[in-house]
Parts: sequence; C-alpha cells; structure tokens
Amino acid sequence: MPFIPHTKEDTEEMLKTIGAPDLDALFDEIPANLIIDSLDNVPVGLSEMEITRLMHRRAAQDGAPQCFIGAGAYEHHVPQAVWDVATRGEFYSAYTPYQAEASQGTLQTIYEYQTMITELTGLDVSNASLYDGASGLAEAALMAVRGNRKNKSGRILLAPGVNPRYEQVALAIAGSQGITFDRLPMDRATGNATATLDDDEAPVAVVIQQPSFLGTLEEADRLTDWAHACGAFVIAVVNPTSLALLKAPGHWGEKGADIAIGEGQPLGIPLSSGGPYFGFMTCKQQQVRQMPGRIVGRTTDLNDETGFTLTLQAREQHIRRTKATSNICTNQGLMVTAATIYMSLLGYDGLRKVALRSQQNTTRLVAGLTAIDGIERLFDGPHFHEAALRFDRPVAPVLEALAAQDILGGYDLAASMPELDNAVLVCATETKMDADIDAYVAAMAHIFAKETRRSA
Amino acid sequence: MSTLIFEKSRQGRRAFAQAPAAMADVDWPEHLLRQDRPRLPEASELQVVRHYTRLSQKNFSIDTNFYPLGSCTMKYNPRACNSLALLPGFAGRHPLGPVSHGQGFLQCMYELQEMLKAVTGMVGVSLTPMAGAQGELSGVAMIRAYHVAHGESERDEIIVPDAAHGTNPATATMCGCVVREVPTNGEGDIDQAALKAVVGPKTAGIMLTNPSTLGVFERDIITVERIVRGAGGLLYYDGANLNAICGKVRPGDMGFDVIHMNLHKTFSTPHGGGGPGSGAIGVGERLLPYMPIPIVTAKEADGKTIYDWLTEHDMPQSIGRLSGFMGNAGVLLRAYVYMRMVGRDGMRRIAEYATLNANYLQARLRDAGFELAYPNRRASHEFIITLKHEAKELQLTAMDVAKALLDRNYHAPTTYFPLLVPECLLIEPTETESKETLDNFVAAMVEIAREARENGTSFKEAPYKMPVRRLDDVKAARQLDLKYRPEDA
Repeated sequence: MPFIPHTKEDTEEMLKTIGAPDLDALFDEIPANLIIDSLDNVPVGLSEMEITRLMHRRAAQDGAPQCFIGAGAYEHHVPQAVWDVATRGEFYSAYTPYQAEASQGTLQTIYEYQTMITELTGLDVSNASLYDGASGLAEAALMAVRGNRKNKSGRILLAPGVNPRYEQVALAIAGSQGITFDRLPMDRATGNATATLDDDEAPVAVVIQQPSFLGTLEEADRLTDWAHACGAFVIAVVNPTSLALLKAPGHWGEKGADIAIGEGQPLGIPLSSGGPYFGFMTCKQQQVRQMPGRIVGRTTDLNDETGFTLTLQAREQHIRRTKATSNICTNQGLMVTAATIYMSLLGYDGLRKVALRSQQNTTRLVAGLTAIDGIERLFDGPHFHEAALRFDRPVAPVLEALAAQDILGGYDLAASMPELDNAVLVCATETKMDADIDAYVAAMAHIFAKETRRSA
Repeated sequence: MSTLIFEKSRQGRRAFAQAPAAMADVDWPEHLLRQDRPRLPEASELQVVRHYTRLSQKNFSIDTNFYPLGSCTMKYNPRACNSLALLPGFAGRHPLGPVSHGQGFLQCMYELQEMLKAVTGMVGVSLTPMAGAQGELSGVAMIRAYHVAHGESERDEIIVPDAAHGTNPATATMCGCVVREVPTNGEGDIDQAALKAVVGPKTAGIMLTNPSTLGVFERDIITVERIVRGAGGLLYYDGANLNAICGKVRPGDMGFDVIHMNLHKTFSTPHGGGGPGSGAIGVGERLLPYMPIPIVTAKEADGKTIYDWLTEHDMPQSIGRLSGFMGNAGVLLRAYVYMRMVGRDGMRRIAEYATLNANYLQARLRDAGFELAYPNRRASHEFIITLKHEAKELQLTAMDVAKALLDRNYHAPTTYFPLLVPECLLIEPTETESKETLDNFVAAMVEIAREARENGTSFKEAPYKMPVRRLDDVKAARQLDLKYRPEDA
C-alpha cells in the first residue's frame, strides 16, 4: 500500500476503538447504491522504479531542441541553488502560513519577495503573488474598476502590444462583471500604440505592456500621461528581466503607473510547458486595500521581537465571502520562494547582465536572419530580447522544417495576430551561445535558399 | 532574530557564477532607460543558500511535523513526483513548442485526464485551472454559459450552504451571480425545507462540498439533486474533500454536472507554502462544450496515436482560457506520477485509510472528553471538535489550543472554520499518518486541557518555543510594513 503506514494490527485495533466491524462500515452513511466496486480505467499501481523508467522515457521523447521561442515564457539559466533550496521539504511541503509562528520561513521569504518586486517595479506595495501573468491582468482590471473613483465605465483600453492571450484570459475571468476590453490602434511603422480615443467613452484603465508582446518598446511616459489625462488608471504589464534596463513603471510619465503586473517566470522558474509560474502585482500605496491575494506584513511579537504575518485579510474571500476583492485563495508560494532566491543570487548587476546578454543575442540573431533574402524586420525602433520578423512566405512550413532539425525557430503570429501577415516572433536569451545562433541562421538560410530554388 | 537578506548585503558583493559575461550597454533613447538602482540583495552564493536554508528551518511542514490542517489534506508528498516532473525534458519544454516536441508530455496529460474521469465519474476533464478557486470560477462560468446558451440567461442565482468555503460565494460573485445561502441542520445535512424555498426560475445551480466542510457526508444528496435539478439548476461539486471518497464514491454518480479537484490535496502535489495548487475540472454531458481550453486530445494516424491540443477552433462554446498557457503543467505531472504509483487499488485505500484515521482520532478525542460538533455522525476524512465549554470555563480558546500545539511540535488544525461552529478545530489527519502519531497527538491535546483545568495554566501567551512568540496581528494591519526600507532601519 503506497504511502499508507498501517499494519494489519493497527487497522484492527483502530476499528475496535471506533466500534466498526470493518473499513466498509466507515462509509455506512453513504447511500449504498453510490458505492463503486472498482476503477477499471485507472491502471494498476507502478513501483517507483517502474514509474521512473516510464517518465525518463517520455521526457527523453520530447528531446532537447534549441529553443528560440519567447512570446511570454523565456528560457533563462536557473542557478542550481534555486531549486535545491526551494524544494527543501520545509518549503515544499508547508502550506499557507495560517499559523504565523510556525511559518516564519515562508512569511519572511514572501516579505523579502515583496520588497524585491516593489524595488524592480518602482511601486509602493506588492502582494504575495497571483497565479500567472495572464490572470494577473484580469485581477488588475477588476482592481482598477474598484479603485478608480472618477470613472465607473468598466471599459479598459489595451495598447496594441499587449499579449493577446492576456486579453483572452482577462475576458474569461473578468468579462462577466461588465468589464470590456478594446485595443488602441497600432502605428504600423513602430508597432507602438497610437494614443487616441476613437469615441467619447473614457476608459477606466489603460494597459501598457513594456516591452510589448512583439518585443518593441512603447513610449511609456507619453502613454501614461495621456491615460491619466483621460482619468484612467495605468496598468503596466512588464517583464521582470527587462526592468534591469528599462524604466520602472512606477516612474513612467509624471505620476507613474498605478498598478504593475507581469509574468514572474523569467525569475528562476523552469519553462515546464507553461507552469507553474507566478504573476506578480504591485501598486501605489493608496490602492493597497483593493489588492487581491495574500499580503505579508512585518510586526512584533509579545517580546517585541520582529516577526512576519499575513495581513489585511479583511479583503479576502475567507472573511469577506461575496464581498471579497477576489476569489483567489492560494498564491504561487513555491514559485515565489524560487524567484526570491534567484533574485538574491543574481542581484541587480546579475539581472542586468542577463538582460544585456539576452538583448545582445537577439540582436545577433535578428542581424543574421534579416541578412537572408526574404526575411525582414517588421518594425523599426528598439526592441528587448525578442523581435517580430516578416517572411516572404507562410511561416508554419518554415518552422516545421526547422523543428525537424531540432530548432524551435520562433512563435508563429498567424493565429494570434493574423493582420501582421507571415510574421514570426524570435527570441534568443542568454542561454544561447554564438554557435547556437549561427547554426540557427545557417539552417534558416538553407531552408530559404532551397525553397527559393524550388520556386524559381 | 529575523535578519533580512538585504541586511546581509554588502555593496559590490556578487554571486559571480550566476551571471553571463558582461556585454556592451544598450543604445536606447534615454527616456526609456532605468535611472535608479533597484536595491536587490548583493550577496555571495553561500550567504544566499545559508539564509534561505535557515529560513526554511523556521517552517513547520509535512516533512517535519504532523500537520492536521482540516480541509487542506496535508498528506505526504512523495519525492519521486517532484524529481520526475523536473526531468530536463519536462522542465525545459517551452509551452508554445510544437506537438512534435511534446508527445511525451502530452501523453502524460492525456492519461491524467482519463484517470481523473475514471475517479470522478465525469465524461470530460480540463486540466487548465491553476487552483481550486479557478476551478470553481470555471465551473460557475460554465453553468452560466449553459443557461445562456439555452435561452435562460435570467438564471443567475447560485445556492451555497452556510458551511461552504469562502471561495464559493466569492467565486459566484466574480461570475456575476447572486449568492443564495442555505442553512445546515443540526446533524450537518442541508436544510431541505430551506433549499426548496430558495430554488426557482432564477436558480443557476448549487455549489456543494460533499463530504461537507463539517466533516460529514450529505446523506440526502440524491434528494438535493432532485430538488435543484427539478428547478432547472445544475450541480457543482467542490472537490476540496475528494480525498474522503476517492475510489469509493464518484461525484458523477451522485448526479453532479461539474466538479473541481484540488490536485494538491487528493493527488498529493506540494502545497509549497501556499501554492501552486491545481484545480482541474471534470464535467458531465451537459457542460462538455463549455470546458476551459486547452484540452489534450488523442488522434489515430497511420496506426500511431498522436496527442494534440483542443483549442478555441475545436471548442467554439468554451468559456475560454484561464491562464497564459495550459495551467500548472508541472503540478499536473506530479499528480500524474502520484496517480500512477497509487494505481487502481490504491485509490480506494486513500479514502479508506483517511476515513479510518479521522474516525479513530475522533473516537479517541471524544473518549478523552472533547466535545464533537456532530457526535452522532461518522467522520469523513475530517471532523470538528468545539471548545466552547473550555473557552467559557477555562478561558481556553481554539486559538490558545492551536498555539499550545505548536509548542508540542504539532501544526494546529484549522481554527474558527467552518464559521457556524463556535471555538472549533477542524482536524484532518490524512491516510499517510501512523497510529502512533495520532496517539501522540491525542496525548498532547489531553495534556493541554489538563494543564488548563488542573493547574489553571493559561496559553494566552503561547507559543513559547517557536522562532517568534505570539504575533501582533492588529499592529500588522494598522501600521502596515509590507517591505524593507533601509531608511527606516
């Protein structure tokens, strides 16, 4: 019996104490016709040795391709110490720190995390994390609607460079509360937002993603000031690695963004097919009571010693029920623990080097690829560690040909932004060597040359 | 001492192994650039490892302590689940990578969907919700979508028993629904007269946890189903307590239309200090078209099985996407490994031994003089004792007992939940604890009560042996200190 410690004698003695003849008797309050006999569609149990062999085989089956896809999840080097320490049983197998005195490790770690994320984003307060970046936008949208006392419209304007998946997720989560999402027009030369209201209905919030989903850099100062002039909150969607180089959202424009959210995955979390990641969220001090999720505060104990505890719980579902700021219950505690260790190991200088090296690698990749006849950059202007390219032919067959050589060449934008026409998003983080990039460029040149020859 | 990592920092100190070689600066316009220097730690690798290792040692955890936190199913998290989910082929796979480079992963997800269908008796499963609360959200959103699609958009009332988790009413509100609360009777079952009185043409559905948070199985579940169904409503099963019936009873057979499963409870993925969870959902026929995407499908081609995604193109009526990619994939892998190890027969033993442990502990505590909230009922995998007499006569509250237990190296049970039982402890031992552990826990409870009764010992100032003494929560909320500021130090 896996993981069940009872001996036959234990079971008998326990049943005797209860006064039950057998284990089945413990279920005698359940209508008998509901009790099932067997679970035919569940396979019989495997030993640890057998499941280990099976999982090794399946993991190996997925190979170890060179990955040049970003589009919201980024391959960064994760120092060995990060997960060695984060998966210590005391972090891994603890729960939400309801008993603060027995959870100081988790609580202090979250307090340190909150400090680091507010430093990076330049805003006043942070929560203990959300599920991921995309669901973070839904929570930020709801928060803006609660917090913006000047405007009750529920209309949220998105810069054209906001990740389309984020919009889909925000709509699925927050759409039934009367929140609507519209897009600002895109300047087709730069990929950036054009700040104009197409009608009279002022937005409750404007969402600016920096760098944009397409890798371009928005005029964040100008957009922020424009949004504030419209009476809207500014929700910043930012990549934490980029904040080692780019202006923090708290300093955008005259007054700074009101809320910042983003995908925390680049901070030491493995790609792992999309999760578990974590969403971070920070805001200005005056909005702290509108924040969803757990928040950790520092306080003192009976001996006047410093300690940490969950605070402002009156916002949360277990107290407020129907009137809670969100239904969110857990944060992504283990991921936050890993991210805190990651940021501590790298520090600002390390994070800056990761950002610069990623930027340099992408620049090298883009230069190599755009030297090929039939590939050009989609937008002018600066970009961060990711760039949109246009092919002179459909993208999907090219990516398939690359994948056949174990190169994942980028993210095909046909599905999410079809108006961009044969566009692909490529990314080379610090994990790529010059030789990897050059091999990718050579493979691409070969594919383009072959196809061109064929069509000639 | 609770020295922060920032206070251990020294300007110019670096963990040199962790950064790539220095490169030239960017040539972006000045106004886009960061001007300030964010105060991240500046520490050596050893300092960082030692700091967080020491912090970890200030936690109680399943690996170190009995953790009978009711409604949270704090069972052993097998080590293999973690190490196998972190194999490089899984950990390194990009979520947008092609299916040609994901067949191993997708097969695991497909088989997990199939196993969860089998265990719950549902016909469809979506793995994407990232926590129980998100599973709830998708469930209520699907119920709403169903009514709207059937021309009954006026059905916007969600019935929730008073004993429910706070996430139930909060979720209903998030989905734009109105909450109608129904009371529980003295035996812990739903008050059927009250239920009949609230159902009607506006009923969208009911959210039910069974066994409930009161630790008992809703005996009249079939009648409840008939009442709600008769009024045109759908039934939502909150799977928080699935561990109690796993392999014995299936929510699908009880007539539920949708269920969420807390994989971090029943299927033993880590609680991680408060997440990541995973709230996969299962549905019956009625709600199949509305499931959140993506879902993994299997197709036969040239005598081979190919695993692929179902997306918005395949499921146009889906309530949509709840996460950037496919939810907490790595957690799902851990649940998959766990289910494969436990297997067909092990599933049933989960419920049997979780229930055995709870009923044993309930009987022992009752015999030791503690008052049960529902003395005439079988415990499910958890049960409630009420300390209302101890609080009145000895000033020994549930909070005091919780803190006194910490000093005896036990994590406290859930306190003051459910809200309708005064001074309560909700105790869930789980199937992975041994009889000796349960006996020792009873001894600790008895000792605490005796100390208070015989020696007049007050536990108002407990705990004494933890890294900190009892913390001032009021001060924490009044004088907000949510981040380190060296200027205040």
